[in-house]
Amino acid sequence: MTAALLQVAQIALVVLLAPLMTGLVRLIKARLLGRRGPPLLQPYRDLTRLLRKDAVLAANASWLFRAAPYFVFALTWLAASLVPGVTAVLALAPTADLIALIAILASARFLLALAGMDVGTSFGGIGSSREMLIAALAEPAMLMVTFTVALVAKSTSLSEIARFIIGGGVGLEVSLALALMAVLMVAIAENGRVPVDNPATHLELTMVHEAMVLEYSGRHLAMIEAASMLKLLTYASMIACIFVPWGMAVEATPHALLLGLVTYVAKLAAAAVLLAVFETSIAKMRVFRVAEFLGGALMLSLIATIVRLMSEGL
Amino acid sequence: MNGTLVDPIHAILGLPLLAAAALTLMPSHRMAAKVNILAAFGTFLATTQLFLHRPEPTALVFIDDFNIYLVVLTAFVAFTSSMFSADYIQHEVDIGKLPPIYLRFYSAMFQLLTFSMLLALVSNNLGLMWVAVEAATLTTVVMVSVYRTREAIEAAWKYFILASVGIALALFGTILIYLAAQPVMGPSLEAMAWAAILPHAPQMAPELLNLAFVFLLVGYGTKVGLFPLHAWLPDAHSEGPTPISAVLSGLLLNVALYAVIRFKMLLAANGAALSPGPLMIAIGLTSLLFAAVMLYRRRDIKRLFAYSSIEHMGIVTFAFGMGGPLANFAGLLHMAMHSLTKSAIFFTVGHIAQVKGTQRMSEIGGLTASHPWLGWTFVIAVLAIAGLPPFGLFMSEFVLVTSTFARAPALAILLVLGLLVAFGAMVLRVQSLAFGAVVGPTEGNTVRLRLSLLPILVHLGLVLAAGLWLPAPLVAWFQAVARQLG
Amino acid sequence: MSPSLLGQLDYSAAHLFSAMVLLGSFAMIYQRRMVGMFNAFAFQAFALAAAAAWQAYIQEAHHLYVTAAMALLLKGLLIPFALRVIVRRLDIHRSIEVVIGIGVTMLVGIGLVALSALLVMPVTAGAAATTREDLALALSVVLIGLLIMISRRNAVTQVIGFMSMENGLILAVIGVAGMPLVVEMSVAFAVLVAFIIFGLFFFRIRERFDSLDVHYLETFRGERR
Repeated sequence: MTAALLQVAQIALVVLLAPLMTGLVRLIKARLLGRRGPPLLQPYRDLTRLLRKDAVLAANASWLFRAAPYFVFALTWLAASLVPGVTAVLALAPTADLIALIAILASARFLLALAGMDVGTSFGGIGSSREMLIAALAEPAMLMVTFTVALVAKSTSLSEIARFIIGGGVGLEVSLALALMAVLMVAIAENGRVPVDNPATHLELTMVHEAMVLEYSGRHLAMIEAASMLKLLTYASMIACIFVPWGMAVEATPHALLLGLVTYVAKLAAAAVLLAVFETSIAKMRVFRVAEFLGGALMLSLIATIVRLMSEGL
Repeated sequence: MNGTLVDPIHAILGLPLLAAAALTLMPSHRMAAKVNILAAFGTFLATTQLFLHRPEPTALVFIDDFNIYLVVLTAFVAFTSSMFSADYIQHEVDIGKLPPIYLRFYSAMFQLLTFSMLLALVSNNLGLMWVAVEAATLTTVVMVSVYRTREAIEAAWKYFILASVGIALALFGTILIYLAAQPVMGPSLEAMAWAAILPHAPQMAPELLNLAFVFLLVGYGTKVGLFPLHAWLPDAHSEGPTPISAVLSGLLLNVALYAVIRFKMLLAANGAALSPGPLMIAIGLTSLLFAAVMLYRRRDIKRLFAYSSIEHMGIVTFAFGMGGPLANFAGLLHMAMHSLTKSAIFFTVGHIAQVKGTQRMSEIGGLTASHPWLGWTFVIAVLAIAGLPPFGLFMSEFVLVTSTFARAPALAILLVLGLLVAFGAMVLRVQSLAFGAVVGPTEGNTVRLRLSLLPILVHLGLVLAAGLWLPAPLVAWFQAVARQLG
Repeated sequence: MSPSLLGQLDYSAAHLFSAMVLLGSFAMIYQRRMVGMFNAFAFQAFALAAAAAWQAYIQEAHHLYVTAAMALLLKGLLIPFALRVIVRRLDIHRSIEVVIGIGVTMLVGIGLVALSALLVMPVTAGAAATTREDLALALSVVLIGLLIMISRRNAVTQVIGFMSMENGLILAVIGVAGMPLVVEMSVAFAVLVAFIIFGLFFFRIRERFDSLDVHYLETFRGERR
């Protein structure tokens, strides 16, 4: 019963926190660049404004184009609410499997890529094809990371992994450190952050994600924007859950839950700060370098697996 | 120092080192060549002392039946090479190919090279031997690049990179050997000493030894010039000064091979380890056949004989790979004979190149007509290296072929095929170089022949003598070593 | 801390540092720029120094501190600096000419890591876990160094490949408990490396050719400048 309640709370919490986190990243980036930047709550305002507006559709847009944003949002929301953040005691915890999570996010991306090509403009097509290129490289890397983590924690369930790590099952584990680096690189690519893609760009040639969703407007756009904010939050929570789970409530006592909430928000804030600092300190890479960047992630995750296998004595 | 004035090992290692130091510090470079010869002679004398008084093995150096013969041979060829270099380098300075200061530099490097080769041979410690081989590589790299031409620097660079890679792999193999020895002997300096680990070889982990040997064979094999890691060898030989080509072919290859054979002994002593023989047979035979074919397409006279060195190293590797008293005997004899003959050839080639002013074989011809003594010496030396009777190389090749026929006829056929192909190439080259129409200058521009003539004659004389009649004690001793090699 | 936990830390820290050295190798493969490669090399040297110092500490082998210091000062600071100077003085292309693509090289590199694990792990069953993994990682660093030498054509990058190979060897040496002559070997390597760097400088002084690309050496025809 508590688990179900907590799950409902989690579902509400992620959708509330996601725009805040994006707003924080934007604010810090602006400050680091010497601008005043938008207020912290600007993303909420953007979303409500977009929701109020009418959607403009291309004449040849199919039902897929109209349906995709809702599905994408729903899938991403589902993914975000699966990842244990405040507590590991969740009703959906048994389904919160890393592989399932990757699959859910992948199907959201697949829908979006289809929608990008639906109208038949060149930008949508180029965006979709680039997005799929990134996905083709990022997903194997992510799966190798999953594999490594599973080798360490003997489980692919996120709450199990979190419990295992909190329980002090591992000391200084090289394969986890390598996996962390790999997953960070994947997360940057998946969320279209700076060295791979620029979320704020309007330069057509370098756009990936923005090119794909260029045809969207109004409430459709609001769905997509919200989905990408949720995705960022999902990745941040997932990394926190696997690599720094400390503070998460493993039992549903009020005290532990309060501590869990505080640490969760703190972790997200830290992730936002780090992301902003990283993004401002690095230049966007050329698109053909992206393959190498993600190849690097794949390589790291493979080394992590091999090193882990080595420790197990082969 | 029990009884004798100086421990011979101290003299053997100390003399070249002191000479090298003295040569670098010496204000004048006129005396350099003489000091060089004198030091080399002293070293050679000191090595002969080893026969009379064999020092006890220490943790770092030791002398046994096997390395004593290589030590003496090395010191001897180093001595004759120093005699040859005196004239050769003086001539290069005279014609302005080298600045005079290089007389001193060259001599100092020569002594350092002698030192590191002798150190590699007498060292009782795997690590020390490795360091010595590395030092020998470095000095030869410097020597090869001494002319500073683009080709010389390219050759030196290639040599350097390949040899360094080889040496790095060899170190990894050495570490693995230590790892195998350590559980048996405990962590100590002893666990890296030849004399100490050999009796313990049967207790070592065979898989570890196998892996180590593969690394060592590839690593030191690069320095031996075995196919497919031979690429540096022809370039280094053709672009460096000729005395260095002689030392490279005659001595340094032997030193590297010595290391391989030592490790082979270790593996052979461990019953459970993989037999190193087939591996060495395969690599030796490939080198032989490859080099024999390559001999035909050479244009540069020094490259020709560089490939011939690859060929002969292949033969020796093959012989030790076969193992057994007879084949080992043949291998040991072949090492010595090749050392003497090949250095004699390079001495002769050095003269020829200086007389004709070129190394291109198309610009050399009719040597017996234009320079009778030089031409005929060359003919004799080439016949010796081709393995014709009555020279020593014929003896060793004959023993090897017959013993192989008795044990593995199929391999023997390949071996003979390689030898014949190489022989054909040599005969073809001799015809165009020594006989036929005279090509190139007929009157050598004042090459002095007095001192540098001697080493060639001595070497060829020894090879001839060995081919005609090997003294019984020498045979008995070679046989003893051959048995020890297993 | 309990002894077993302390032993766990000994092991995992050693493991961590060795893996960092390996990571340095991959960082070198990943680089497209000369300077990036120098940085990756420096990173590897720092990791190596840490590994050596840690081994010195857990084995109580004080001579390993010398090796660690040499790795830190020579390879971590001096050599990258010297290489930068060389690149600037010689006007070498700042980008790296890759013979084999970066992605492929990385994949081959992974294959080499797997290969060395498969080679070393079964044959060292008797040795301590630290030694075994250290050796497996060291062998992969050696092999990847070789790979860099083959797949990056420029002479400077070849030198870096060689030096990283050598880092792998030092890593192997320090991991084997009680190995004698470690310092001597690292000194010998230092001489070798000094020699190479000197050689690079030397080429410039002679000005016999205007590219360090070994390929040019092989096919040089006439003056280009």
